[in-house]
Amino acid sequence: MAGTEPALELDGLERRYGERVALTDVSLRLDPGQTLAVFGSNGAGKTTLLRVLATLLRPHAGEARVLGSALPEEAWRVRGQIGYLGHEPLLYRDLSGRENLAYHARLHGAPRERVAELLAEVGMERRADGRVRDLSRGMVQRLAAARALLHDPPVLLLDEPRANLDPAGAELLEPLIGRGSGRTRVLVTHAVEAGLAEADVALGLRGGRQAFARAAGEVTALQARELYGQ
Amino acid sequence: MIRTAVTILRKDLAIELRTKESVPAMALFSVTVFVLFHFGLDRDTLDGELASGVLWVTLLLATVIAVSRLFAAEREQGGIEGLLLAPIDRTSLFLAKAAALFLYLLLLELVAVPAFGLLLLGPGLGGALPELVLILLLADVGLAAVGALVAALAAETRARELVVPLLLLPLLVPLLIAGASATEPLLRVAQEAEDLGRWLVLLSLYDLVFVLLSVAVFDFLLED
Repeated sequence: MAGTEPALELDGLERRYGERVALTDVSLRLDPGQTLAVFGSNGAGKTTLLRVLATLLRPHAGEARVLGSALPEEAWRVRGQIGYLGHEPLLYRDLSGRENLAYHARLHGAPRERVAELLAEVGMERRADGRVRDLSRGMVQRLAAARALLHDPPVLLLDEPRANLDPAGAELLEPLIGRGSGRTRVLVTHAVEAGLAEADVALGLRGGRQAFARAAGEVTALQARELYGQ
Repeated sequence: MIRTAVTILRKDLAIELRTKESVPAMALFSVTVFVLFHFGLDRDTLDGELASGVLWVTLLLATVIAVSRLFAAEREQGGIEGLLLAPIDRTSLFLAKAAALFLYLLLLELVAVPAFGLLLLGPGLGGALPELVLILLLADVGLAAVGALVAALAAETRARELVVPLLLLPLLVPLLIAGASATEPLLRVAQEAEDLGRWLVLLSLYDLVFVLLSVAVFDFLLED
């Protein structure tokens, strides 16, 4: 991939909440189609990193570029190119799954047919017309994944994307959000071995600081587990 | 931008139709306040300044309910992040929220004005109805603009139930003065020809200022 523009480029990235530093001096590069696995204990800055990349938070120092667009200056350009699957499904509980997806498709300028297509791919066609509040957490997670993919984003930001999914659900989503999707992925996970196995680059965070950022093959599971005090 | 605003508005109306959280509460609140005034003032009927004041204060207080709920779905169900992640002009969110509030106010007035006429008003509205409708429509534009702005300001605060009335009601004082003053001659026992022009101009200016101000600052309110 030498010579290609990186999908993700961070240089001394910092983000604070008031006086508290949530993320500091994070630097790495990720090429298109690669997967970055982010490890760290609770409060290490993983979700903050995802939210900065998703343009939901502004960086306070350093540089962040997604697909060549600088944050926060070109956030509007980045928004159309990322799919964000975080802790919250970002679905309205009083609307049906189909209505939610149609709504987000219109916001993203995605074709209407994409809704039916994704509902089929995540195995939610038969439950798509019931209110989201009546669905199980696993079903909501499948819909949330469909929401994140409506505009066919080249970059996926995934925060524990398999949480709440049963094995069948996880299998259904694998071609869409897994390594085989061909998308550039930033994957926050606590599953150390599985995360390392599907990553090209591994980032370890400890108290908001970068403990390591290198090729996943050069990081052992033991090193990653040390971040969790294990 | 308009197409996005319509998309957000349709979503808001669909949620309101299903949950019935805002409009029925506003209407019920207004009727309850009229009943309270009926007994509190110990008067069977009102007219003139008092009638106008009671009507307008009740409508403004009912507006507080809708403004407090205007961003509820975005706040409680993560909708605001869904919107912030979309490549849209954020002014469309203001337009959608203001339009939703405008429609809620129209529905409120469809219930509250006849209820006011039945429960408290001495003189019938008679031929003054077209003027009253015009005053209410102009006031609703201003209420919708200021309400959407305050709702967005309060959405991310912890004490939003306090912030909304504390911010909203002072901003509505000019609108209350113009609305009540324009309505007062229409509610007199002996209706006389009165020039409403200056009050309608004041309401229009208020609308213009707050619509422009809201459009100008709304984007910044949503920034991290």
